[in-house]
Amino acid sequence: MFGEKALELIRELQRSGENSLPPYNEDGVRQVLEEMLSLFEQNQKDVSDTVAGQTGLFAGVQLRHSALERNKRCVMAYLYNRLQHIRKLRWEFGSVLPQEIKYNMSEQEVQWFNKYNKCLANYMRSLGEGGLDLTQDIKPPKSLYIEVRCQMDHGEFETQDGSVIILKKNSQHFLLRSECEHLVRQGILEHIVH
Amino acid sequence: MSDISNLIEEDSDNDGEAMTAAEVLQKLEEAWLNEKFAPDLLENKSDIVDCMMDQLQEMENNIKLAKRGDFKVSLHRMEIDRIRFIISSYLRRRLEKVERFAVCVLEAEEKRDDEEASRLTPEEHQYAKDYQESVEMHMKNLALRHMPPNSQKMDPNLTTIRPNVDSYVFLKVNKHQEGVLVEEESSDAG
Repeated sequence: MFGEKALELIRELQRSGENSLPPYNEDGVRQVLEEMLSLFEQNQKDVSDTVAGQTGLFAGVQLRHSALERNKRCVMAYLYNRLQHIRKLRWEFGSVLPQEIKYNMSEQEVQWFNKYNKCLANYMRSLGEGGLDLTQDIKPPKSLYIEVRCQMDHGEFETQDGSVIILKKNSQHFLLRSECEHLVRQGILEHIVH
Repeated sequence: MSDISNLIEEDSDNDGEAMTAAEVLQKLEEAWLNEKFAPDLLENKSDIVDCMMDQLQEMENNIKLAKRGDFKVSLHRMEIDRIRFIISSYLRRRLEKVERFAVCVLEAEEKRDDEEASRLTPEEHQYAKDYQESVEMHMKNLALRHMPPNSQKMDPNLTTIRPNVDSYVFLKVNKHQEGVLVEEESSDAG
């Protein structure tokens, strides 16, 4: 049946849900594109036959044309939704992606990610004097200092007023929220809520 | 006539420099809430944002001068954090709209006359162009290039995402007004 492979691509995206990006299905996309080319060639043949005088081919041409449009739409949707997912990753993880996630992206997607990074960095740099990092301060600040527990050894950490703290696994600290927010997001520190 | 024109000049002078920092903050909060709940991109308030960022810079400098352990330092730091959050949230929401409605926004920018003020800041305009181009190049390279010759273009009428300007919003009334006309909704009587 025409268009089934394309639907498979979309289903794959939907099944993996909001949180993980499935590996780029290079084979799937290639198969859909091949199907499109063969449909187009068959249509061309039919059109030249009709011009030569044969009748009864119009229904087939219409069917193949609809299948072509559907395949194109599915492929576009697949690619676009992956891009949106990757964009979300930039805002969650920052400009360097963990290796496991990068593994699931195709080379062009990695390039797009780098381009997006650059765009965003240029924009952020142009705000005010010396730029404003929009990926910080995602949640409204509830308090000035927060209590955090270290999830893993992270070595030494220098605070704003100059004192050096050693981040050993399971040690607890009371730090300025704005300083350790990025470590909390990366998972190195855990915010303790009482 | 000259009396009226004098009055007008006076008003515009007051609008310029004489707002206190508290008033600027109030305006920033208003702009932030408006932008958050409106479905499409509103006018840019870059003057308010710039003013507020200058204020933040000044406050940070003042903190550095104060002595350590002074209680006021904590209060000021909290305020700085809060204001920075509002500015970030406002700019993030605008950026999100610019990304989603990139094609629409660029179209509107082409169409507007020179006298109308732009809703985009020049940086946002540049960002919209770069973002749109990167998405298009990606689609072209990965898929459109390999498709049959008839299908290699994307029809803008079918593909652009437009903001739903008919979506419902909540309004808060700031000043008492009489007689505001609300368009009657045409409902299909069934």
